[in-house]
Amino acid sequence: MNFSVITTQFWSLVLQGLALGLIYALVSLGYTMVYGVLRLINFANSEVFMIGTFATLYLEVHVLGYATNSPSLHGAKLIWTLFLVFVGAMIACALIAMLVELVAYRRLRARGANRLASLISAIGVSIALLEGMRIITISRPMTTPRLLDKWSFGQFHGANFRIDTMMAIVVPIIIFVVLDRFVTKSRLGKSIRAVSMSEENSKLMGININRVITLTFCIGGLTTGAAAFIYTTVYENTVFNVGFNMGIAAFTAAVLGGIGNLRGAFYGGIALGMLEQFASAMLGSQWKAVTVFTVLVVVLLFKPNGLFGEAVQQTRT
Amino acid sequence: MANLTSFNLRDKGAQIWAGWSRPVRTIFVIAVIVLIGLMPFAASWGPTSFLNTPITSFQNVLVYPVGMFIMMALGLNIVVGKSGLLDLGYVAFFAIGAYTQGILSTLYGWNTWEVMPFGIAFAMVAGVILGLPALRLRGDYLAIITLGFGEIVRIVAINLSVTGGANGIPGITNPPSFLGLHFDLMHPETYFWLVFFMILLVIWMVRRFTVRRPGRAWEAIRQDEDVAALMGVNTLVYKLWSFVIGAAVGGAAGVLYASKVAVISPDMFKFDVSILILACVVFGGIGNIWGVALGAALLAYLPERIRFISDARQLVFGLVLIIMMNMRPDGLLPRKKREKITEKGAK
Repeated sequence: MNFSVITTQFWSLVLQGLALGLIYALVSLGYTMVYGVLRLINFANSEVFMIGTFATLYLEVHVLGYATNSPSLHGAKLIWTLFLVFVGAMIACALIAMLVELVAYRRLRARGANRLASLISAIGVSIALLEGMRIITISRPMTTPRLLDKWSFGQFHGANFRIDTMMAIVVPIIIFVVLDRFVTKSRLGKSIRAVSMSEENSKLMGININRVITLTFCIGGLTTGAAAFIYTTVYENTVFNVGFNMGIAAFTAAVLGGIGNLRGAFYGGIALGMLEQFASAMLGSQWKAVTVFTVLVVVLLFKPNGLFGEAVQQTRT
Repeated sequence: MANLTSFNLRDKGAQIWAGWSRPVRTIFVIAVIVLIGLMPFAASWGPTSFLNTPITSFQNVLVYPVGMFIMMALGLNIVVGKSGLLDLGYVAFFAIGAYTQGILSTLYGWNTWEVMPFGIAFAMVAGVILGLPALRLRGDYLAIITLGFGEIVRIVAINLSVTGGANGIPGITNPPSFLGLHFDLMHPETYFWLVFFMILLVIWMVRRFTVRRPGRAWEAIRQDEDVAALMGVNTLVYKLWSFVIGAAVGGAAGVLYASKVAVISPDMFKFDVSILILACVVFGGIGNIWGVALGAALLAYLPERIRFISDARQLVFGLVLIIMMNMRPDGLLPRKKREKITEKGAK
């Protein structure tokens, strides 16, 4: 056990934890939004993330034609390219997420089936996507081109403000602010909240439930796609089972913050990212998952609805 | 299509069963047991040789995955099917049983029969340790806690020296001969009979529980926990019991498994196994032991049978899950209609 890292690397760990945690937070939206309206764990979301990383790779390598050893881009071209890939990955993930809803959930929901049945069909979709990608990529990890030169803004007590770390912090915060505004202020956002409060009453108020649910999956897909783009840009590689650990972490983040709650996902993600970074530094990275789950159990014992969860049936924002 | 989806083979079977007299039932049960007992020889007998699995030996497939999956699915069914608790880390108990056998047999030279009570006891203790905090939570929170527990057990096994780290434990002894039956590599069929016997024990146990007080308590909890508590069911105690009994079955399966394969490593106890077992339960017909056994047998056997499309077999498996769940959301053999009340909060 090594406690001295807390003092020596404090700011570095905070920065890394924040960057990692906000990626988790974006992915956990794919769980939490769906849970809000359907009360179901969207098990295929980890594979949506995986598809997002490969969409990023595909766009960079096959559509835009950059090789792994291409020189980094600069100026307007860099921003334009990254923006294009970013939007592309988000759209790809949104499409996959909506497909998941169509294949795994819609029919079962229409029949009023047992919720475990939907869980298993979602797991089926997840296995099919995972295995499909494994066969296509022949289980090989793949490297993405380094389009973004990783220059640093400067140091602060050992914390390195690199451009990609800053991107991993700033972009999710923007997305969360926009999404929060959307859900609380816009008509569609209000309909999502209405459905999450009461499906029956929403129907009576003339809300098209299917459309709202598809929209929810679409939003979850968009944010998961954004996370996949950031992840791929920061770590510069991907593999067919990349979604597994990310999925578990993101789901944990959603539960930690209070599942079904948008702001909960944000804070849960940050809390989880910090926790992982500090646990790895102090106890060694092999005990990371053990620490995380122990903390999760303790938190849930005292706050059964998560850190920021309100009573389940109450208002969600 | 409508006929296919609404047809309830379980009710039909129960109807036929009710019409039989006692001797007919006895003969039927004995005939079924003998037929299943002869299964290991099915692959070498002409008319049933289509069952033979390419690559892996059919008799070994019958023990693991088929037999083990049926046993674990029956154990998980107590938790998920009977009392309606979603457990995503069931493999943890299997791992605890397997590691108990691995450690006690390699370090202290105990044989499988001596280890069995300890394997079961350790799994039950783990069930209590996990269950006491986790079962106070509801639904999906329980799911994530159990999932985490499954991962924790595996990570601890990777990082401790007594469990052999990532390499696991080699050289676990086979069970000693018993009643003239030899358990070694040359006789996979005796393992099958052993597992089959254990499965029958579990089925008997579950059936006894179901018609007695705990079974009724679980049923009440599954349908509506608040009402159950109001009517005087001590929900935490009974939920804990279902959890612990499920854990015991998983532990027993683990002990058997370790003594069969002789080498265990943390890779064998990944999250996928928990998911697969849960899939067996839901696929077969959640809450109904015959459905669960059938579902587990099919889901364990299918990937081995279609190994010739080796690369795509998991893909096919995923597609089968989607198609089956969409066609028969209640599983192959659903539980009795009167038991099929939608859980509270389910939409």
